[in-house]
Amino acid sequence: MKRLIAAVALTALVAGCGGAPGSDDSGDNDAANATPTATVAEKPDIAALGDVTLTVWDQEVRGGQRKQIEELNKQFEAKYPNVKIERVAKSFPDLLKTVKLAASGDDAPDVIQANQGLGIMGELVKAKLLRPVTDYAEVYGWNDRWSQTLLDANSVEPDGSRFGSGDLYGVSQMGEIVGVFYNKEKVPNPPATLTEFEASLQEAKDEGDVPIQFGNVDKWPGIHNFETVLAQTADKQAIRDFVFSKEGASFDTPEFVAAAQKISEWVEKGYFNKNFDGTGYDPAWQDFAKGKGRYLIAGTWLVADLEEQMGDKVGFMLMPGEDPESPVALGGESLAFTISSSAEQPDAAAAYLDFLTDANAAQVLVDTGNLPAMKDAPTPSGGLSAEVAEAWNKLNEVDGVVPYLDWTTPTFYDDISAAIQELLGGKQSPEEFTQGVQEKYSEWAQSR
Amino acid sequence: MGAVPLGVAGEAGRGGGDRPPGEPRLVGYLYLLPAAVVFAAFVLYPLYNAARISLYDWDGLTVGTWTGLSNYADVFADEELRAAFLHSLILLFFYAVLPLLIGLLLAGVMARARVRGLALFRTILFLPQVIALVVVAVMWKMVYDPANGSLNRFLGWFGIEGKSWLGDFDLALPAVGLIGTWVYFGLAMVLLSAGVQKIPTSLYDAARVDGAGAVREFFVVTLPALRGEIAVSLTLTTIAALRNFDIVYITTGGGPGNATTVPAYQVFTRAFETGQVGSAAAVGIVLTAIVFVISLGINQLAERGT
Repeated sequence: MKRLIAAVALTALVAGCGGAPGSDDSGDNDAANATPTATVAEKPDIAALGDVTLTVWDQEVRGGQRKQIEELNKQFEAKYPNVKIERVAKSFPDLLKTVKLAASGDDAPDVIQANQGLGIMGELVKAKLLRPVTDYAEVYGWNDRWSQTLLDANSVEPDGSRFGSGDLYGVSQMGEIVGVFYNKEKVPNPPATLTEFEASLQEAKDEGDVPIQFGNVDKWPGIHNFETVLAQTADKQAIRDFVFSKEGASFDTPEFVAAAQKISEWVEKGYFNKNFDGTGYDPAWQDFAKGKGRYLIAGTWLVADLEEQMGDKVGFMLMPGEDPESPVALGGESLAFTISSSAEQPDAAAAYLDFLTDANAAQVLVDTGNLPAMKDAPTPSGGLSAEVAEAWNKLNEVDGVVPYLDWTTPTFYDDISAAIQELLGGKQSPEEFTQGVQEKYSEWAQSR
Repeated sequence: MGAVPLGVAGEAGRGGGDRPPGEPRLVGYLYLLPAAVVFAAFVLYPLYNAARISLYDWDGLTVGTWTGLSNYADVFADEELRAAFLHSLILLFFYAVLPLLIGLLLAGVMARARVRGLALFRTILFLPQVIALVVVAVMWKMVYDPANGSLNRFLGWFGIEGKSWLGDFDLALPAVGLIGTWVYFGLAMVLLSAGVQKIPTSLYDAARVDGAGAVREFFVVTLPALRGEIAVSLTLTTIAALRNFDIVYITTGGGPGNATTVPAYQVFTRAFETGQVGSAAAVGIVLTAIVFVISLGINQLAERGT
């Protein structure tokens, strides 16, 4: 009893001093508390702004990504000599961990590259740290520059409660698809339907080869493999509705169970490499690059590495579904460039965003070996990148992109990646898996 | 002091007066001040802040909502968090107990036999301690790789089929734990063998005269003499076990499922990835309390014995 009283007293003491965390003690942080507005009516004249310094936080640090951003920054500064870009480059995981702190600080960057979904972008919008760009979208014609799904993924409700609808908050440069890389020497005629694909897996198995190279010790690759299958068993709108948490959307439907069943079946039949659960992501794709295995379910971020190691032996296709004419694939766009609500010159920031994604930028992206997310981008001349660009165009034509499942709730990455490991490890049945994930989702849906 | 006549005060100051020698003077606290300020600024204040945040539901950005002790209730009610604490207790065996046993064995051997090149062996065995834990974790992830890792290849020479060390729900936690054993047994060994060297050889001679064998000698002479070193070793490794983060983060990310998640990993993901800063602070405070209680217990046990 004494202890309880002491605990209560301590609680009261601790609570008594100081306000709630996150409340504004200093009072000089008005920018963060004011509701950001969007009121620009016409294209601003950047040259007339005087000397401007734009602080930009991005994560374009790898090979081709670094080349394109350095080139475009140089061109932008040449076009507007009065604007100076102060670039802060961080690797993706570093950016994820520091972006919230940076955006909420007194000296926030003007342009921030933010990850889609409720975890980062949603939280930043909720805290009123980002400025909607609907007005600039109007004057620069951004709404026609991307397919609707890609625009949706960069949109958030102004109160941060939901994403996939609401106001546009940012623009993305590059497209991303999770598809199927295949070894052209072993698979001369890539399968066109899911049934053919499964037959090909069985054939590989019978011949003693690894059908699909997979490494899931890092947890996240499981999401890509599962969702790639899900995109074939479930209606694409049902997946989008779930990720964007539309009314009535659910993870626990027969279509979702079917995907869980199919991928468990693949595990049982030995369609993945043995011990995939203890294999790292990098060793798995490196084994594929060395010629072990027929298929690899992975994203376009591996294109450069695989092409370098395998040359013309590697091919890229979308996971075949029921209908070869309307493919559905997991995909999206690179992190969105957003404008901080405390940016002193939002006009200059918007001009920068436009410059990073216009027709000239698309050409720079292609030249540096990247896949532009924008419509009507030029296609690369040949090789694996051309196959990827072709798949991307096809997907956009039939509106076949479904968003990443881990965008759904702030904790969903942890929830679903752990659940998928339990499903693939046989710890959960397909039904238990979908019910469990749905429960986690409902917990969040009720608490918000 | 004001009421004391000047002369008297001056005399007391000069001659030492009626204050017995060695009695602490107020001025002593002044010498303590710089360290106390640093300690307060970098340990006490953050600790207080963590305690305060733990009483709120806070996402790290917007204004937090007061929730009282519910974050603490979650530590016991939330299955994932409960599992995390259970795992850290299991890891105690691998990080603290096992290294101690191996260290004792090695120290016992060294006490009896004077091995040539002892310093070299000791350096090699201590080496894991010197390597950054991140490097250790990356290295072991390669060792444990099912297809190309050296462990499974080694087993393959003997016709033993390799396992999916970090991917199997039953093997992952012990596999992570053994990395800790590898890191910390060197520390235990160095502490204990230093202790062994200060045991007078006459004790061993006496034991031998009385007809004690190697085993009896170890239990009668070596073990009791090492009580202090054992306490130090256990305290250090226990703390390392309970706050273990880097190895789990790099090798398994808490997986498969949640089979290897630990409190420090939960603190990290909750605070920096999923926007549950209040809950992260509560886990941190509970973890601090547990570390405190366990190390207090170890030291009490060690002191009671002497």
